[in-house]
Amino acid sequence: MIWFIKNSVTRKNLMALTGLFLSFFLIVHLAGNLQLLLPEVQAKLQYNAYSQFLGGNPLVILISFVLYACIILHTVDAIYLGIKRKKANGVSCSKDKRGRASTWYSRHMMALGIIVFVFLVIHFKDYWYRYKFGELPLDENGNKDLYTLVIVSFEQLWYVILYVIAIVALGYHLLHGVFSAHRSIGLYHPVYNSIIKVLGIIFALVITIGYIIIPIFIYINHQT
Amino acid sequence: MKIILKIWRQKNRQDKGEFCDYVLEDVTRDMSFLEMLDMLNNKLVKQGDRAVEFDHDCREGICGQCGVMINGIAHGSLKNTTTCQLHMREFKDGDTIYVEPFKASAFPVVRDLKVDRSSLDHIIVSGGYVSVDTGQAPEANNIPVTYEEAESAFDAAACIGCGACVASCKNSSAALFTGAKITHLARLPQGEKETASRTMAMVDQMEQENFGHCSNTEACQVECPENISVLTIARMNYEYNRAKILFKK
Repeated sequence: MIWFIKNSVTRKNLMALTGLFLSFFLIVHLAGNLQLLLPEVQAKLQYNAYSQFLGGNPLVILISFVLYACIILHTVDAIYLGIKRKKANGVSCSKDKRGRASTWYSRHMMALGIIVFVFLVIHFKDYWYRYKFGELPLDENGNKDLYTLVIVSFEQLWYVILYVIAIVALGYHLLHGVFSAHRSIGLYHPVYNSIIKVLGIIFALVITIGYIIIPIFIYINHQT
Repeated sequence: MKIILKIWRQKNRQDKGEFCDYVLEDVTRDMSFLEMLDMLNNKLVKQGDRAVEFDHDCREGICGQCGVMINGIAHGSLKNTTTCQLHMREFKDGDTIYVEPFKASAFPVVRDLKVDRSSLDHIIVSGGYVSVDTGQAPEANNIPVTYEEAESAFDAAACIGCGACVASCKNSSAALFTGAKITHLARLPQGEKETASRTMAMVDQMEQENFGHCSNTEACQVECPENISVLTIARMNYEYNRAKILFKK
């Protein structure tokens, strides 16, 4: 087992696989959240019923534990590799211009990841924790009213700005992360690599725009 | 032209090291970077000072011996070039040039600009060869190798082991070097048979030498004098995973 823990290739495999699972989750999560853009009455009942379904489905609960595990493993792995990097680098150059050979976001995956992680903690506290363990009023169908909780939070400008900053950081994280993950697990064919690179850019764009539209739409819609 | 040099001087491995300033007045545009350093050393020796030590050998861009950080970039600002192939025409009159050794834990500074790159040799020793005695050169057509495979293997074999990939990497990773050696042999029938054991041994050695991990920034390929493809790293990852899952001793 020591080779698995100490080897950077296997550690990068773990980083890639957990990252790809989290990327897949982002699609599902976005698809669910886009219901918030429906007409208000319909959106409220549908979104609350959807949340109720997710909370009560054994398969979804099982997948949610995989999700929590992936978040923890991805984070712990990043910390481990960060320490390893520091050790491998030793003394850095006094005049460092190495950055010209790569994109800034590929060099700052850790910083982008920290922004996303801090946001996740806030996100979990504000929605997940309050939905699971807090007291929420019920809607007309007797489901917990998560919809109103989301709407009220996105009526505050500072919260929308925080959300947008975090999603932009996530977008850049995905822009490098998706194609990098495929390389880490060994996709070496040049044609498939080109395809994955383009798909990665499209994926990052769709996810970023998709998640940003929601708070901005709600904020503008509830200004009157 | 006049060049102001800020050169890293370090007496030995234990010394902390520091930048020393030198001014050269008669540098010509046609000089190579190493010839400019030779000129400085002549001046220093005449003054009775210790010459600046740096690695060099062929001065034709093929041996991989020379290699320093010039203004914070491995081998200087020209992409896909060795230090010896960098000429002073790339600089302007009055320029200040910072010259430092390649910096990574796996490359300890021996003196001034010279680093100990034997960690790369250790990776080769761990498995970067075909372990059977091949005897004399066989008849070329006895072992069929397609043109594409031969070209692909040669592209990877072009690695000169200069260490610029490590110096350019934000993680000080030797993945491009190791990936190139693994890909080179894996593409040819003579080397293919031992791919699994070779990959495991070389990757494990890379770990032991304290190189960092690869985060696919692709900076190594940009600065590599031979433009070795980063896809050789993906090939190394593939071969390693395949070996760990399928290979039985």
